[in-house]
Amino acid sequence: MSLSNDDVQEILRLLEGSFHDELHLETKSFKLALRRAGGASGIWSQETTTLGAANLLNLGSGNASLPAAPPGAGAASPSPQAALAPGLAAIRPPLIGTFYRAAKPGAPPFVEEGSTVTPDTVVGIIETMKLMNPVLAQTSGTVVEIHAQNGELVEAQRVLMVVKKEPA
Amino acid sequence: MNIRRILIANRGEIAVRIIRTCKRLGIETVLAASDADLGSLAARMAGAVVRIGPARPAESYLSIDAIILAALEGKADAIHPGYGFLSENAQLAIRCREAGLIFIGPTEAQLDGIGDKLKARGHAVEAGLPVVPGGSIEMGADPAVLAETIGWPILVKAVGGGGGRGMKQVHDPSKLHETVELAVAEAAASFGDSRVYLERYVASGRHVEVQILGDGETVVHLGTRDCSVQRRYQKLVEEAPAPGLSAELRSAMHAAAVNFGRHMRYRGLGTIEFLVDCRTDEFFFLEMNARIQVEHPVTEAITGLDLVAEQIAVAEGRPLGLRQEDVTFTGHSIECRINAEDWDQDFRPSPGTAARVLFPAGDGIRVDSHMEAGASVPPFYDSMVAKLIVHAPDRTQAVERMAQALDVCRIDGLTINTAMHKALMADVEFKAGGVDTAFFPRFMQQR
Repeated sequence: MSLSNDDVQEILRLLEGSFHDELHLETKSFKLALRRAGGASGIWSQETTTLGAANLLNLGSGNASLPAAPPGAGAASPSPQAALAPGLAAIRPPLIGTFYRAAKPGAPPFVEEGSTVTPDTVVGIIETMKLMNPVLAQTSGTVVEIHAQNGELVEAQRVLMVVKKEPA
Repeated sequence: MNIRRILIANRGEIAVRIIRTCKRLGIETVLAASDADLGSLAARMAGAVVRIGPARPAESYLSIDAIILAALEGKADAIHPGYGFLSENAQLAIRCREAGLIFIGPTEAQLDGIGDKLKARGHAVEAGLPVVPGGSIEMGADPAVLAETIGWPILVKAVGGGGGRGMKQVHDPSKLHETVELAVAEAAASFGDSRVYLERYVASGRHVEVQILGDGETVVHLGTRDCSVQRRYQKLVEEAPAPGLSAELRSAMHAAAVNFGRHMRYRGLGTIEFLVDCRTDEFFFLEMNARIQVEHPVTEAITGLDLVAEQIAVAEGRPLGLRQEDVTFTGHSIECRINAEDWDQDFRPSPGTAARVLFPAGDGIRVDSHMEAGASVPPFYDSMVAKLIVHAPDRTQAVERMAQALDVCRIDGLTINTAMHKALMADVEFKAGGVDTAFFPRFMQQR
């Protein structure tokens, strides 16, 4: 098991009175490094590594009936760096998260292939750490390809949709 | 009965926190973990781990079926739900009973009477607690008539909401109807319960809460906590005791919380939230939280109690091991929530993997966290990565100690909010103590 806060406090009490500024402790279950943080404040920095692996119970019935992990990125999705043909623009999420095409389950998608968008058009929602962020088209034109599925985890550079830009 | 093995139906720092107490008490642990958490610190500390499903909470931590199955497969005799997720879900408590498992928390009826904000309000009135003027919208009645008797501005609240979710302010009477309609639709979609009620919106108040502990007969309070430093109803800094309350106000709040607990015949650990108007020395019941809370360590610091151990003892059916006169308060404690978010970019979340993690240590410093080098912060859950807690003889020294401790806190690979907390600890208003919930937005504007 790893160290408790009380364990660390006890070690620090011993160290405080010493002239040592650093302590490294390693057992078969953890590694601990303590360093005096400077000044007479009596504050140290601690860096802990808990060793060992999780004891995952291999259960037949229960685990097998669980839903499988959602499928990864769609196969036809262009790679992030792939250059788009002139006149096309990619819509990417503002950050990593779960992509939703509609405001809530059962609601119609914000856009479909063929939808006309302007820079401020909301084309989807990215949920990251319980926060909902709109995905904006950021360009004017027509949605010609949709690559991300509803409910899919998307990386920040992933191409969600491709827009055929309106001729300037 | 003695609890021998506990399934922890949660993740992150609170799972680590619960495992630590179980180890100290000699209770075995089984962790319910989603695919995103199979290699987490809690998973490596627990006696055993059961996979409960994909990362997305709805398919794992929020799935009652998966949790009950994990407890049975893991041969646990009790479930500790932590906070958030299913912690206040009456259905989980019912399913536990049906499966012969102990739910570490209040009774099914109490969860129902507290989770429904209108029922909780009714209980508060029955127990003699002051409530914010308000009431429910009767079928077919005109909300404008009710709003006039309550007084403007108005807050439209979802009965099934809580924790800052499902609330809408109305300042312009002509907007009342459309806001109520929108709130009803959103409440139905978000909480599966379309009922809403109206309360007067109190713009300037402090959020002060009282921790209680009950065994179904006896109820004691464990003092106040101040959680007024909030952004969009999310708490950022908490402290105990709440600073700057008159002795009369403080003891009236203690008594009100205990009265509420007694009225409910409350069993377990709970928090009564109050809105305090400091100009008038008035306080109002807001809601009750029927679970352990994120900010419980500040109460532990000043009382010397282990609240998880108290929860387990009550769940085992033991009478409270302490009387009110046994509860003593020492010094002042502050907690800063360290979140993976960028306060310079409108609090944009920063999921990722920690390359190196340095936390402070020393007298009066405690860090509750699941972060170590290599730990990941997945995008599926909330952004809290650590709680930094200090305890000092008085508030001034606690603020100073926190500032020093924050300097040492470092997580390479993630953007965390330590600079924001440093600025808060240096803020004149915060240092004076007793800020209201309007403080934080003001603090951000003045940067």
